[in-house]
Amino acid sequence: MKLKRVLCVLMAAMMVFGAAACGGNDAKTSQDNSDKTEAPEQEDTEDKADTEDKADENTDNEKTEAPEETTGATGTLKVAAVETAYGADMWTEICKAFEASHEGVTVELTIDKKLEDVITPEMKSGVYPNVILRAVGAESGLTETFIKDNNLIELTDVLSMTVPGEDVTVGDKILPGFIENSITNPYGDGKTYLMPMFYGPCGLFYNQGLFDEKGWTVPATWDEMWELGDKAKEEGIALFTYPTAGYFDAFFYALLHESMGNDKFQEALKYGEGIWDTPEAQAAFDIIEKLASYTESTTPANANDDNFQKNQQLILDNKALFMPNGNWVIGEMAEAPRAEGFEWGFTALPAVTAGGERASYSFFEQIWIPNDDPTNDDMSRFDLSKEFIAYLYSDEAAAIFAKAGAVQPIQGMTDKLDGDNKLYYSIYDTGAVAVMDAFATTEPVEGITPRSTFFDPINSLVTGDKTKDDWVSQIKSDSDQLRAALKE
Amino acid sequence: MKKKNRSGFIIACVTPAILLFIIFMIIPTIDVFRMSLYKWGGYTANKTFVGLENFMKLSKNPKFYQAFQNSILLIVVVTLVTFSLALIFAYILSREKIKGQNFFRIVFYIPNILSVVVISAIFSAIYDPNQGLLNSFLNLFRGGDPILWLGSQKLVIYSVAIAMVWQAIGYYMVMYMASMANVPLSLYESASLEGAGKIKQFFSITLPLIWTNIRTTLTFFIISTINMSFLMVKAMTNGGPDGASSVFLSYMYQEAYTNSSYGYGMAIGVTVFIFSFALAGVLNAVTKREEIEF
Repeated sequence: MKLKRVLCVLMAAMMVFGAAACGGNDAKTSQDNSDKTEAPEQEDTEDKADTEDKADENTDNEKTEAPEETTGATGTLKVAAVETAYGADMWTEICKAFEASHEGVTVELTIDKKLEDVITPEMKSGVYPNVILRAVGAESGLTETFIKDNNLIELTDVLSMTVPGEDVTVGDKILPGFIENSITNPYGDGKTYLMPMFYGPCGLFYNQGLFDEKGWTVPATWDEMWELGDKAKEEGIALFTYPTAGYFDAFFYALLHESMGNDKFQEALKYGEGIWDTPEAQAAFDIIEKLASYTESTTPANANDDNFQKNQQLILDNKALFMPNGNWVIGEMAEAPRAEGFEWGFTALPAVTAGGERASYSFFEQIWIPNDDPTNDDMSRFDLSKEFIAYLYSDEAAAIFAKAGAVQPIQGMTDKLDGDNKLYYSIYDTGAVAVMDAFATTEPVEGITPRSTFFDPINSLVTGDKTKDDWVSQIKSDSDQLRAALKE
Repeated sequence: MKKKNRSGFIIACVTPAILLFIIFMIIPTIDVFRMSLYKWGGYTANKTFVGLENFMKLSKNPKFYQAFQNSILLIVVVTLVTFSLALIFAYILSREKIKGQNFFRIVFYIPNILSVVVISAIFSAIYDPNQGLLNSFLNLFRGGDPILWLGSQKLVIYSVAIAMVWQAIGYYMVMYMASMANVPLSLYESASLEGAGKIKQFFSITLPLIWTNIRTTLTFFIISTINMSFLMVKAMTNGGPDGASSVFLSYMYQEAYTNSSYGYGMAIGVTVFIFSFALAGVLNAVTKREEIEF
């Protein structure tokens, strides 16, 4: 009898524990499952807070229903943004500031780490947000789908708009290169459809403390890299690791740019015929093949969305020297234990030849306007959305974003940075070339994604399940199909 | 008059259920079949009718065959292992007097109430190449490089299978125990008087008498393996490394939700639908026996 009672209590305790464990873990995975572009997320900010903020805003605004002034556009603006490491607060603040400077305008903000899950149901029933902040390269492919379906509103005219409250145009404020690339002009026709927002350099991260201690120098060429790899091997340290194979995108673009030069690189992004057979492309493949042989052997086992932090931990534990990553990794690993004397170091990719180009990929997020009704030719309905985007480049808005650590590609922004951030953003001042293109947009090709064609097989190179030739021949045959589906 | 009343009452009772069934089961299923004939990105309104083109592409795609193979392997391995282990454990627990019977019953059932995410986290920790339980234990007997349970393309699908077996055993064990409890004790008594051993009793009494139950669970096995393998793979490996652990539904998810190919994804869905229906039908036909009354 007594036993039964004890058992009952035990069972009840177990159920409570089980429930708690499930709940806790679910929250964790929703954070961990984030793909790379969402990787900047670090804190568990509750989504609930966002909806509350939204409610607050709405009530705030009821008071300020005053007649419009200079801008002419009034009404409700629905802004949808993905929440990243910078947090949700800066967006709430931006929306309030926009409302304050544009009387008669109400901004409804939807911000979530899994933005697609929140806005997709409404979009499927035909209700679209007015403005969406979401970068290409996210797992959901939200932005890509809109590009592929030609459902973006052209934003070239936003570039010539005057920034609200200032006397310069948006185009004048944006750093060169950020609006002339294949991401912002996805159809290659000189028209801008996506506006660049927060950017960050990607490159190789390492432990500066370890290099100081051992007296090693950070390699400037790949040959020096291999020498260092052999030296480190004697000490039981692997040269290289990577969080997941998806992180090779930024790496691969920068490496290709180094080995091919800009013209051929642009051709490669359009899957040019025979481009992968050129000696320059082969040089890049050779480097990745060799790098795979220098990669820490347990890396592929953890190279998935749930365990990638274990690979990042290898750097903190001095078990591997370099990993490709972006500056969000610092926030991501802020709580992780680390070797004594650990200090983050960051470098562009080593040059392919001595004295050659060193490149660093510039990752940036994009903001764009979805076309809610392709049959409606009245473009004036997007005026308020465009006004909002132009406003985001004002000094006032940039200051709000910068406070949260989010840096926009605006002239003179990097001078205002301090501390760690300065280190990352100054990489281009010290001679590294900024690369910021991506593979050209195609009609959807069923069964082929750049990730599964170009990057996932790198896992197989490390484990030895595929050879370089297998990989390259897959790239070539998939490129043929992608080329055939290129947008005109 | 009375009869008419009664059938009116029956119709009134059944209508809501039928309506719900049609709205939430029949129509969406038809919709999946319809969408598989379109080229559609999934978010915007652009849809183009392409006929059976999605299926043609599917039949030529090596990644789909890889996912197909993995799914079939999981269905076979997980079903066989779970089925036999669950049956053996159920027989022991219901027929033998062993200490802590209830304890074992609970322990075996616990994995079933855990969420898949928790199970994946547990097994990720077990399979970890450096600090994992499994490798630490094996290192007592072997040296050399750690075994990459989730990193090796040859091992990863079996690693997933083990986690799935562990998760499923308790559920089926309880199902079998429930039907074994209905088998009259007198049959066993007379069998043992006739000199039949435990194993003989199992095959000649227990198995035939719970056959109906076994047939039902075989269908469950197919459906749940297809569904659970997606959850496990999604949470443990996300189809990696390099697609080595991708299964039906993870491949479908990848295409429909990350490659702007919703229509193509639905074509995969239709294939899986037909495949699992056919497989369940075949199994049902093959296992048909005359029912034994007791």
